[in-house]
Amino acid sequence: MRLPTGGRIDRSVTLHFTFDGVGYTGHPGDTLASALLANGVHRIGTSVNLGRPRGVVAAWSDDPAGLVQVEEPFPEPMLLATTIELTDGLVARGIPGRGRLAEVPDTARYDRRHAHCDTVVVGAGPAGLLAAREAARRGERVVLVDDRPDAGGALRGTEEIEGRPALDWAAGVVAELAATPDVLHLQRTTAFGLYDDGFVLALERRNGARHQSRQRVHRIRAKHVVVATGAHERPIVFCDNDRPGIMLAGAAREMLHRYGVLAGQRIVVFTSDDAAYDAAADLAAAGARVTLLDARPAQALHTDTRPPNPGAHLCAEPGAHLCAEPGAHLCAEHSVDVRPGAVVVGTEGVEHVTHAVLADGERLPCDLLLVSGGWNPTAHLFSHGRGPLRYDEALGAFVPGEPLENVTVVGAAAGEPAPNRLVLWRTPGDQTTQFVDIARDATVADIARSVGAGMRSVEHIKRYTTIGTAHDQGKTSGIVAVGVAAELLGVPVALLGTTTFRPPYTPVAFAALAGRERGRLFDPERTTALHPWHVEAGAVFEDVGQWKRPRYYPRPGESMDDAVLRECAAVRTGVGILDGSTLGKIDVQGPDAGVLLDRLYTNMISNLAVGRARYGVMCGADGMVIDDGTVLRIADDRFLVVTTTGGAATILDWMEEWHQTEWPDLRVHLASVTEQWAVIPVVGPRSRDVVGAVFPDLDASAEAFPFMAWRDTVLDGVPVRVARISFSGELAFEVNVSSWYADAVWRRLLAAGEPHGITPYGTETMHVLRAEKGYPIIGQDTDGTVTPHDLGLGWAVSKKKPDFVGKRSFTRPSNLDPLRKQLVGLLPVDAATKLPEGSQIVEDAVLPPPPVPMLGHVTSSYHSAELGRPFALALMKAGRARIGDVVHVPVDGTLVPVEVAGSVLVDPEGTRRDG
Amino acid sequence: MADTLSPVHPLHAWREAFAALPDGLEITAEPLVAAMDLRLGRAAVEAVTDVLGAAVPTVPNTWVATPTGRIIWLGPDEWLVHSDAHTPTELESRLRGIVAPAGGAAVDVSAQRTGLRLAGPLVRELLALGCSLDLHPSVFPPGACAQTTVGQVGVVLAAARADTDDAFHLLVRPSFAGHLAAWLLDAAIEFTPEEQQ
Repeated sequence: MRLPTGGRIDRSVTLHFTFDGVGYTGHPGDTLASALLANGVHRIGTSVNLGRPRGVVAAWSDDPAGLVQVEEPFPEPMLLATTIELTDGLVARGIPGRGRLAEVPDTARYDRRHAHCDTVVVGAGPAGLLAAREAARRGERVVLVDDRPDAGGALRGTEEIEGRPALDWAAGVVAELAATPDVLHLQRTTAFGLYDDGFVLALERRNGARHQSRQRVHRIRAKHVVVATGAHERPIVFCDNDRPGIMLAGAAREMLHRYGVLAGQRIVVFTSDDAAYDAAADLAAAGARVTLLDARPAQALHTDTRPPNPGAHLCAEPGAHLCAEPGAHLCAEHSVDVRPGAVVVGTEGVEHVTHAVLADGERLPCDLLLVSGGWNPTAHLFSHGRGPLRYDEALGAFVPGEPLENVTVVGAAAGEPAPNRLVLWRTPGDQTTQFVDIARDATVADIARSVGAGMRSVEHIKRYTTIGTAHDQGKTSGIVAVGVAAELLGVPVALLGTTTFRPPYTPVAFAALAGRERGRLFDPERTTALHPWHVEAGAVFEDVGQWKRPRYYPRPGESMDDAVLRECAAVRTGVGILDGSTLGKIDVQGPDAGVLLDRLYTNMISNLAVGRARYGVMCGADGMVIDDGTVLRIADDRFLVVTTTGGAATILDWMEEWHQTEWPDLRVHLASVTEQWAVIPVVGPRSRDVVGAVFPDLDASAEAFPFMAWRDTVLDGVPVRVARISFSGELAFEVNVSSWYADAVWRRLLAAGEPHGITPYGTETMHVLRAEKGYPIIGQDTDGTVTPHDLGLGWAVSKKKPDFVGKRSFTRPSNLDPLRKQLVGLLPVDAATKLPEGSQIVEDAVLPPPPVPMLGHVTSSYHSAELGRPFALALMKAGRARIGDVVHVPVDGTLVPVEVAGSVLVDPEGTRRDG
Repeated sequence: MADTLSPVHPLHAWREAFAALPDGLEITAEPLVAAMDLRLGRAAVEAVTDVLGAAVPTVPNTWVATPTGRIIWLGPDEWLVHSDAHTPTELESRLRGIVAPAGGAAVDVSAQRTGLRLAGPLVRELLALGCSLDLHPSVFPPGACAQTTVGQVGVVLAAARADTDDAFHLLVRPSFAGHLAAWLLDAAIEFTPEEQQ
């Protein structure tokens, strides 16, 4: 029932919303839960396993039961009715424990923001506000976050702080903070994780304009963390304690003070603690008929049993103390029927509680049954930061123990004295209906079962019973589960301990964590300087790591196979042009450059002449190939190392690691120049004509410019380096130029090549051409278990060098095993079947019973324009010794006979490389 | 066929989009300049002062302006030198002539990175959406620099000197420049009044 006055809602505005198909109204400032309670709706949904009706239990994110599916404005599953701020047009429905993900794309924006400060304060209740104000007054950079729509925490508005009404006081502090430079104050922002070194993650629900992010993850780095997160009330467990209309006492009190909602008319309060007296008195004062059942015997009750105010720990000024009347006194004043020594053992009412059943069998009629077993410090963040929690016998709660460096816990989160609290976990009765974790339908009987199964650790009990694993992470049930388990095991709670709290404190949507990094911004797309040309030319792109590389350039109507066959033929018979700019490039400079390279490559590099290039292989310490490429000697003290595209960063790191950690004495410096140089291979029998035409100062003749040499030239004042390096077996010139001029040089080469039908080709054609020559691709034809010898590159392994990385591994017995897998060619006997890459190789035309011995697998497979047939490369046991044999490859259930061949299938004599 | 080769700026295609940014935020592509990666031991530090027009900064994560460009500290023995008074080839050759005999190195990296200038009162707020460093003027004052990330992109970030407190230079690899530009423009939507979108 909505009261005519009170609360922080705006009664002048009416909001319309729909719940379970029924239209209701509420006001700005309401949550969905408060608006439903104002309309007399307690039942929210049904439970996940047992299908029992469930309603709102708590008033905020600690609620274990009130899960809803929001349909409008945007479908979101499993939100708590207690934390959904009411908006006009909201459509929601109760769910049986599980929701439904949206089937339409989420068009809202999400992002993250980094913040840095001296002090981050979590919680804007009185303790947090005071901490933030003090830090701000000290001139610190401060971040204050609080998960509620407005500051004030648990203040009800009836208290006084520093001589002012509490909410006025809070507003005053907020105003002061707003006027202080370098203070960031965020409401609707839940700190959901505390990590090492003062790192706090917080989720802000912004709900602003469409161009602003809907939710934002704040990544806050603070020198000092103040945890002022208050406390959670906990229930006492009794039979059928899960019915709609059974709430925490503080929650009903909050509904009253924050939302002006009286959640029941005939109220029973069941407690073992003093704090519930205040709730009882307030509800009675608001017009309800209240009976208070206190589990404690009469003689244990004091007349003045107030807990100290929540800000007292922090407050330096005496005036800051809260002032209120003693609860018991107020209860008397408002005719609350207080019954000492009374406990609830059960309830009646299916859709809504109708009676509280007492131990003596009395059935007390009620429409609201409130429970309070005391308050637990909200020590989650402290625990996230690996702060130890200590069991306080008097409070029956875990409180922050040994302090954490740079973390201070203040206010109720530190644990407030409750000298008269009776620690009571449950009352007698049938364990199977005594719900400990309402969200998981987990009962005392489930705990008893886990204990009976031999579990002694609370961590095991949690996982067995699933208590504390729901959306609320056991905010109300965790401690009770420990208490019940301790009772059942007959051990002290302190000995049993508690589970570790882990982030996130409240659920965080993946969309919020993804932030801006989705769609096009999901992962950087690296592009070369020629990318705009490729796009214009209609290239189909391939992802190579983060690079976008042209895979082929289809003409209208061409399939990929058509285009690749055409591109391959053009290169082998005329001239083709490729963007090879993604190759890794490393400048190696210094008197000891040759020494370093000799130690890292398997072959000799230091004896390379200036002006020449050499193919080299790098191995790991295990002797397995990690990269290959060419090395150009630029000067006596300078080399250019060219790596694979994928190896660019790792090989630089690899070289730096050896240099910095093993051989710091070497006088050599490494620098990445991958993006400095655009690389444009011009390839094919007509390439000399094209290169000669574009670079008039370059003598491109075979005599003046031999294979594996490089020459510098100048084009219109721009330095260009041309190298005779071939990855296809054809006559080829790799044109290197500052990437500023890549586009200009590329266009010059195209223009000069036009009479020769110059054909841009992509990575697919490049792969076919190199495979026809048996050139392996590291990472495709190798997998980290392949030596240079396996690849037929034994010639590139020096026998003279005293040592190099990988050398000693080559003499291991397994490296000398004649049955090692070796790179070979495979030719399907039918000259028609293209073997799928990854296919296994088996011996015979008929499969033996499993396990079928595997001879190896296909690593690369293509159609060859040159050979007029499909072919493959494969790693095969003792492959080279089996050249000429016919083995089999299962393809779509058929065993395809294939002939084992050498890996070089085109121009094995190498007659074409000089044109 | 053109008579001279024209360089193409990696951010050429983004200039219009940068120009349409909301008030309080300004992004410009910096001109292409000669850039060298310079490695030298302490002994050789003074030897390059004449060529560069200023002493290399030895305070970590700082940069200095020179008459012709900048010198950015990248590591205890590594600097990034910008100069608009030399061609890349000239600058590399001159520096290598000085530092190589002393065991140092100079490498032309002019096209290895490209520069953006971010300015305006909103610039720190924009960068806070993607850079984890503390860019508060008290921590990252004019003249400070760092190698960090914005979004997922590695950058050299330098707080501008002299002209204003609210400007930063970002040096990014050209292959990532398009992604960074897209990221910055997407982040800037936050500050773009709805009627301008």
